[in-house]
Amino acid sequence: MSRRSSQQHPPLDTSQAELEEEEVISGTGEGDEVMEDVQEQEEGYSSSTPTSSLTWISWFCALPGHEYFCEVAEDFIEDDFNLTGLNAMVPFWKEAMEMVLDVEPDEDTSKIPDVSIVEASAELLYGLVHQRFILTRAGLQLMVDKYEAGVFGACPRVYCYGCHVVPCGRSDLPGLDTVKLFCPNCNDIYTPPSSRFQGVDGAFFGTTFAHLFFQSYRLLAPAPFWKPSSNSSMSPRSSASSSSQQQNSEQQSQTASQQTPQFVNPNPNGGQRKAAGKVYVPRIYGFKVSERAKCGPRMQWLRVRPQDPEELDLVDWRGQWYEDADDDYEEEEDEDRPMEDFDPDHQDGEDDDEEEEEEEEEDQGGGGRPTERPAGTSRHTLSPPSSAPPRTPPEVFSVAPALAAVFKQPDNGRLKVVRQQRALPEPVTRVS
Amino acid sequence: MSTVSFVIPPRFERVAEELLLRSAGISKDELCTCSTDIDDIVLTEHDLAKWIFWFLSSKGNEYFCEVEEDFILDRFNLTGLNNEVANYAQALDLITDNLDDEIQDELRGSLDVQARLLYGLIHARWIVTARGLAKMLEKYKRADFGRCPRVLCQSQPLLPVGLTDIPYQKAVKLYCGRCEDIYSPKSSRHGSIDGAYFGTSFPHLLFLVYPTLIPPKSGAVEVGTAARGSNDTEGNKRSRRVRDEQEIYTEGMGEGFSTASVALKADRYRPRIFGFQIHEIAKLQRWQEAVRDRQVTRLEHLEEANNEV
Ligand SMILES: [Zn+2]
Ligand SMILES: [Zn+2]
Repeated sequence: MSRRSSQQHPPLDTSQAELEEEEVISGTGEGDEVMEDVQEQEEGYSSSTPTSSLTWISWFCALPGHEYFCEVAEDFIEDDFNLTGLNAMVPFWKEAMEMVLDVEPDEDTSKIPDVSIVEASAELLYGLVHQRFILTRAGLQLMVDKYEAGVFGACPRVYCYGCHVVPCGRSDLPGLDTVKLFCPNCNDIYTPPSSRFQGVDGAFFGTTFAHLFFQSYRLLAPAPFWKPSSNSSMSPRSSASSSSQQQNSEQQSQTASQQTPQFVNPNPNGGQRKAAGKVYVPRIYGFKVSERAKCGPRMQWLRVRPQDPEELDLVDWRGQWYEDADDDYEEEEDEDRPMEDFDPDHQDGEDDDEEEEEEEEEDQGGGGRPTERPAGTSRHTLSPPSSAPPRTPPEVFSVAPALAAVFKQPDNGRLKVVRQQRALPEPVTRVS
Repeated sequence: MSTVSFVIPPRFERVAEELLLRSAGISKDELCTCSTDIDDIVLTEHDLAKWIFWFLSSKGNEYFCEVEEDFILDRFNLTGLNNEVANYAQALDLITDNLDDEIQDELRGSLDVQARLLYGLIHARWIVTARGLAKMLEKYKRADFGRCPRVLCQSQPLLPVGLTDIPYQKAVKLYCGRCEDIYSPKSSRHGSIDGAYFGTSFPHLLFLVYPTLIPPKSGAVEVGTAARGSNDTEGNKRSRRVRDEQEIYTEGMGEGFSTASVALKADRYRPRIFGFQIHEIAKLQRWQEAVRDRQVTRLEHLEEANNEV
């Protein structure tokens, strides 16, 4: 009874606490977006004269909605090599450069009809330079500081448990899409929670940065496998309490030393952080919704991780199981097992067991499931890049951070490997 | 903002109230600047005086729908709730506007908390009834619960869901029928609502009862995705809203449809560095897609077996 009277609201879990912090920064909720836009327009660009003490870059990065930007070092901008190809993309290049670098403009600047045009050019220039700068060692370092401070916010997905995200673009060319947020835990991208980021071009962060970031800081990247820990509890605090501060610092160092070295990804080039691997399981009145129902789960694959890294090797580069008939049944079970364990909080283990048994029976009873596919005739194939299909797909195995030569940008029209969509049910010869 | 037009579904018995709620929801930005002055909305005094109306129009309660009075007055529907709520009888009286005025002043503070709890718990039971589902469906079609933050879900409207049916455990989450995952509300106002007031079953029951409303896994990419937002005019917003409503109505699948292989249509994000996939992530994604393909095979086979019988 005491909890009822004392609490009006349920306790927030961590992910929410994170999100809330974000909101405090942004100071908005969903309902406030309209107001906010107005505010943005007012504060944003009308008062574009930076005060004398402030550089244009600092001023620009402090504007509302520009929190994701880091301050590009001026000597990076002054090095022409780093600007290769940009002058063709930015109108009023010279004036824009002067504005960004706080250089006193020449007299003939007055010929430009409207300062706001130069401001737009300066923003574009800065954004495109920023895209390149954050791929350098110095830029990555600035961004990791922001990342660890939580400036970019947390993944909105509940079972990513507040994993921090990084900004990313879906295109390297400006004007196509706004900035998005990449979560390294679910490897997915999200719309920023506040509408003020809807005015920020995704190209100013680019398609590569988010991934180069986690390639460069392996300790921040979650590993691709996840074993639900049976004994671990969220609070490693000992109940005994003495002088508080000393103990706190003790605990912190203890948990730090406990957690970091315990987890090892056998792939040294892989993510070295323990992933948050829980996947949502829909239930109706406590019962899992069967996949056999029309509304049954169809998307758990998108979030699921294997328990052991070796399981990843059971699939070849085309996305097919290496399956000999013997292994097949076992694999089948392997797949179901993590599904059962997704919800360690859930206590009614008995129900689950029953369901599992039923499913197994039906699997066997169903018979005739095509367990093998002839090697060549895959039902579902990755369509290799239409140009030369490589033996091994093009992948980055390890990337050296801090690339000066990075700026030989890939041609942006590069073909992407598109997964062919399979037509709906093919006629399958029924083996009965 | 209050000029947003909406189509009033004809079957609503209490159109006026619904209308008021919508206006309250939509114009809350204005409301917060000019205090909670709702005089300009035409409603009978009787409606305005109702506790439920006050509750539903309070800021932060946008996820709740109206529980019909008949449902609340049927004691059978409230079985067991007297053990969950202190001052149960008076809390119930408060909700149904039967509370003695004298008592109201004495207990006000604590009773208000209890009334919210009671309403929330009744709400969780109500929205899994046929009529309750229908009410929540209208809110879903208006995207009152927000939209999926996942970029590839293309602003799919969300549904509220609890992680437990026991109150005071976990805050409400939002379920996306497209990616079938759950997200935290972006506003802390909503992030602090008890998930038990919606329950663990609601969104799944909704799609069980209305299978034609299961969202498709992929949809037409919006043409004008580029730099929208700040330069969004009112008109744009309105037309998008209308279009979304139509999509939900019409985009469902026909009768006798199959969902066995819908997962193959789902888009996913593929991280790349200078255009190249990243080894470890690509490997995980291949594995995940192999899991998906195996499920599709399994489901197609099951379906086929069922058809033969
Ligand atoms: Zn995530
Ligand atoms: Zn979604």
